[in-house]
Amino acid sequence: MNKMNTKLKLSKTAKSNAITYLMVIVVYLIVQILLAGGHVSSLMEGLLVPLCIYVMLAVSLNLTVGILGELSLGHAGFMCVGAFSGAFFSKCVQGAMPDGIRFFLALVLGAVVAGIFGILIGIPVLRLKGDYLAIVTLAFGEIIKNLVNVLYIGRDSDGFHFSMKDSISLHLKEDGEVLINGAQGITGTPHDAGFTVGIILILLSLFIILNLVHSRDGRAIMSIRDNRIAAESVGINITKYKLMAFSISASIAGVAGVLYAHNLSTLTALPKNFGYNMSIMILVFVVLGGIGNIRGSILSAVILTLLPELLRGLSDYRMLIYAVVLIVMMLFNWSPKAIEWKERIKEKYFSGFQKKAVAEASAVKTEKKEVK
Amino acid sequence: MALLEVKNLTISFGGLRAVDDFQLTIKKGQLYGLIGPNGAGKTTVFNLLTGVYKPDEGIIRLEDKDITGLKTIEINKAGIARTFQNIRLFKELSVLDNVKVGLHNSYPYHTLEGIFRLPGYYRMEKEMNEKAMELLKVFDLDQEADYLAANLPYGKQRKLEIARALATDPKLLLLDEPAAGMNPNETGELMDTIRFVRKEFDMTVLLIEHDMKLVSGICEELTVLNFGRILTQGKTADVLNDPQVITAYLGE
Ligand SMILES: Nc1ncnc2c1ncn2[C@@H]1O[C@H](COP(=O)(O)OP(=O)(O)O)[C@@H](O)[C@H]1O
Ligand SMILES: [Mg+2]
Repeated sequence: MNKMNTKLKLSKTAKSNAITYLMVIVVYLIVQILLAGGHVSSLMEGLLVPLCIYVMLAVSLNLTVGILGELSLGHAGFMCVGAFSGAFFSKCVQGAMPDGIRFFLALVLGAVVAGIFGILIGIPVLRLKGDYLAIVTLAFGEIIKNLVNVLYIGRDSDGFHFSMKDSISLHLKEDGEVLINGAQGITGTPHDAGFTVGIILILLSLFIILNLVHSRDGRAIMSIRDNRIAAESVGINITKYKLMAFSISASIAGVAGVLYAHNLSTLTALPKNFGYNMSIMILVFVVLGGIGNIRGSILSAVILTLLPELLRGLSDYRMLIYAVVLIVMMLFNWSPKAIEWKERIKEKYFSGFQKKAVAEASAVKTEKKEVK
Repeated sequence: MALLEVKNLTISFGGLRAVDDFQLTIKKGQLYGLIGPNGAGKTTVFNLLTGVYKPDEGIIRLEDKDITGLKTIEINKAGIARTFQNIRLFKELSVLDNVKVGLHNSYPYHTLEGIFRLPGYYRMEKEMNEKAMELLKVFDLDQEADYLAANLPYGKQRKLEIARALATDPKLLLLDEPAAGMNPNETGELMDTIRFVRKEFDMTVLLIEHDMKLVSGICEELTVLNFGRILTQGKTADVLNDPQVITAYLGE
């Protein structure tokens, strides 16, 4: 009996996850059809890859904010780390291997480097019992952005040269090439990013996050969020699981960064792309989509990115409408009345399931009387 | 042999000696009560036993193993599980998942098995589900397995905390005011459940309680705390008839 009951439960989460994947795939197909028919303006087409990047950033930040329950204000910093390590790698080995393999390795490298930064920040900070992560990640994002702006790396027949001053101090030979040129960043990164790659990376991020959340380790992470003291009392290793969630979240942001770098011919670290405003904007996606609600993060990232562009024609009212949508989304996701309403809809939708569950459960109960 | 042996346990908060020279010996299989007025230091004793606080002085031994000063999770692995006076459930998790967090260390499949849904994931999750449902049945919570813990009525939340603690497969179960906020009916049921748990799981239980019906009904021995110090210790009937206890604690 309880076997059936547990199966029922598994299928419920599996169903919800399937809806999320399906949503992404359907949107992908629709966009492909529109593209093929020439119905997409070049402006919109240019937005497709950034959209994928924002979605990845939002769902990965939700792992830290919604699932782990820690506030991070430096998500763009991890994206920056991923972007520069991936682009640097691609510049270095371009031509030495097939483009597909190079891009794949760049993505892996971005994930690893951003993940390592996540661990380096997490080890000292996540051990503390207060809300120190927000302030430290905020500082990290700004420091990384500024560091990258004074970083010069070049290469010639002698090997790599490194400076924090200017490109002259690299003392490159004539055959030398400046790879990272301070505030001018990295130019000539190969353009490997595309909508299809972006969608694949979104699906991969979703696969990792959703499967993690619905497994033993995900439960441990959420138990820490819900009650740290109780989690400790049943033997959950707090530091380990906090680090796990935080570094996976950072890694995915790193991958988004690599995608970003390979979508532009010039990669520079500006307040606009890697500054705290970007981190806050991603946080806004997460909060408005519903904290802990992965599907909500996808929707709000897409809606809030597209909206300003769609409203471009209404220039004067653009920001006003944007603000109204923000408020409506917030009310919809967070007001008790709206939550109640959504619960009711869900109940209607799943009522068949629930009746079955209760019937099975009562059958289990009769069995129990004999045991006692 | 004593399952739990506590000697000279002492802790101060600022100038306050919350627990002062506390001694306790519990034999395997015993149902032991810790009573005393509010603020006597009972919960602090639990916090010391489970490593939430480190004692200033004293020794705690579980099955002759010195566990003094160990971290909370190490103490849980050594075999002590507890519930909390102020209920601490994982509110946003389902009732079933609350128990499964308790099973966490007994079913150790790897993170990657979970993410990539390898066979180990399905096997262990299935076993965990079965084990968790078994525990929920004992506490009459199996019908609510899919509910969010936060949506359970108060009495059932207390039961779920016990189920979660038992899921860690402890040798010693600490219950901090398990009947608080329950009506006489629920308290009666709880007494049956505690007796059942002791018998079925071969469990040793140390409980803090104000409900004298419960204490005299199921505890074999008692320790009375007052202002952090032991007032008296012994067989339940003897302790409850001790004039010292009656004046200090029961005499209203
Ligand atoms: N962390 C702490 N810091 C300061 N004082 C504490 C702390 N924990 C407990 N106390 C004090 O210790 C005394 C005993 O508290 P407690 O053990 O909770 O009593 P009870 O017997 O009611 O469970 C109280 O005076 C309480 O205020
Ligand atoms: Mg207390």
